Amino acid sequence: MMIRKFYYGDIPEDAGTGSGSANTEVKSSKDWPLWEVFIRSKQGLDHKHVGSLHAADAEMAIENARDVYTRRMEGVSIWVVESQYIHASNPDDADSFYEPANDKVYRHPTFYQLPDELSHM
Amino acid sequence: MNEYLFEYVVHLADDALILGHRNSEWCGHGPVLEQDIAITNISLDLIGQARNFFQYAAEIKGGDTTEDSLAYLRDVREFRNCLLVEQQNGDWGKTILRQFFMSNYQQLLYSRLENSFDRQIAAICEKALKEVTYHLKWSSEWVIRLGDGTDESHARMINAIDELWTYTGELFIPAGYEAKALESGLAPDITALKNDWLNRVALVFEEAKLPVPTAGFAQTGGKQGMHTEYLGYILAEMQYLQRTYPASKW
Repeated sequence: MMIRKFYYGDIPEDAGTGSGSANTEVKSSKDWPLWEVFIRSKQGLDHKHVGSLHAADAEMAIENARDVYTRRMEGVSIWVVESQYIHASNPDDADSFYEPANDKVYRHPTFYQLPDELSHM
Repeated sequence: MNEYLFEYVVHLADDALILGHRNSEWCGHGPVLEQDIAITNISLDLIGQARNFFQYAAEIKGGDTTEDSLAYLRDVREFRNCLLVEQQNGDWGKTILRQFFMSNYQQLLYSRLENSFDRQIAAICEKALKEVTYHLKWSSEWVIRLGDGTDESHARMINAIDELWTYTGELFIPAGYEAKALESGLAPDITALKNDWLNRVALVFEEAKLPVPTAGFAQTGGKQGMHTEYLGYILAEMQYLQRTYPASKW
């Protein structure tokens, strides 16, 4: 069986047309690659995805991210990763991926009686 | 009023203002969106530095002088910026190289002025130094990227060096007010900055595979108010509104 890998941004609006033609890259060699930007704000503990931008290399991507995404003091740390290295789940799989969790309420830890003394739960 | 101090502060302001204005001409015209934002950010940093210096200069001058009257109501001959910053943008390579030359200089100068006995100048420079350090890093990387890039980008950088090198010597030749500022202990000896400046250029150019020109004739005069033809055009655009509608507010 052929496994088709999806990359971030590959999946077209009308996903699921069947053939692999949607995956054809229409990209001029002159275009700079796309990068995804993650910023950690002062308050936050983790880096959050904030958007994407074009850059020729990682250093330029970080500097562009600094100029585009942190000019209003949004962050204290920047991660960038080339978009092509992010693999995404296929929207076609949504039914089999996420539906089955719908009726599994017992997976939520809401059936335990907690003593009153217990806080921060 | 302390005449040399006023002129010296105006000189620092004009360097930042005119370079900031030149960079702002890229707004909406950058080669890609991200670089358009980057150069405009640098432009805003520089204009912010100019404002701080102008506010201090207005305070020294007293009377009804304001930061706005200094920026918008002086004529070409009263501007004290060096010739380098008023040179035309040319292509992206030339703009980058001009920025690299100037940021390199400002970084050296501000890091000395940060310790000046004049607390106002020291405070402005301490704040500006963080911005300038970034400008230098950013422009250095671009010089390397273009110099060691394609045949075309390399050729454009060679061309930019040809056009701008002759204006770099002026940075290290003290004008009257700079000599007096040195004498009073207010400012560093700018002739002594030249070696560090050249070393930095050599370092970046080596990585960029660009030749460092041998010292040539230095065009001077800007710091004394004798400018190239370009400054008049810059001021015409920059000052148009205040001259046509005096004292109009944003």
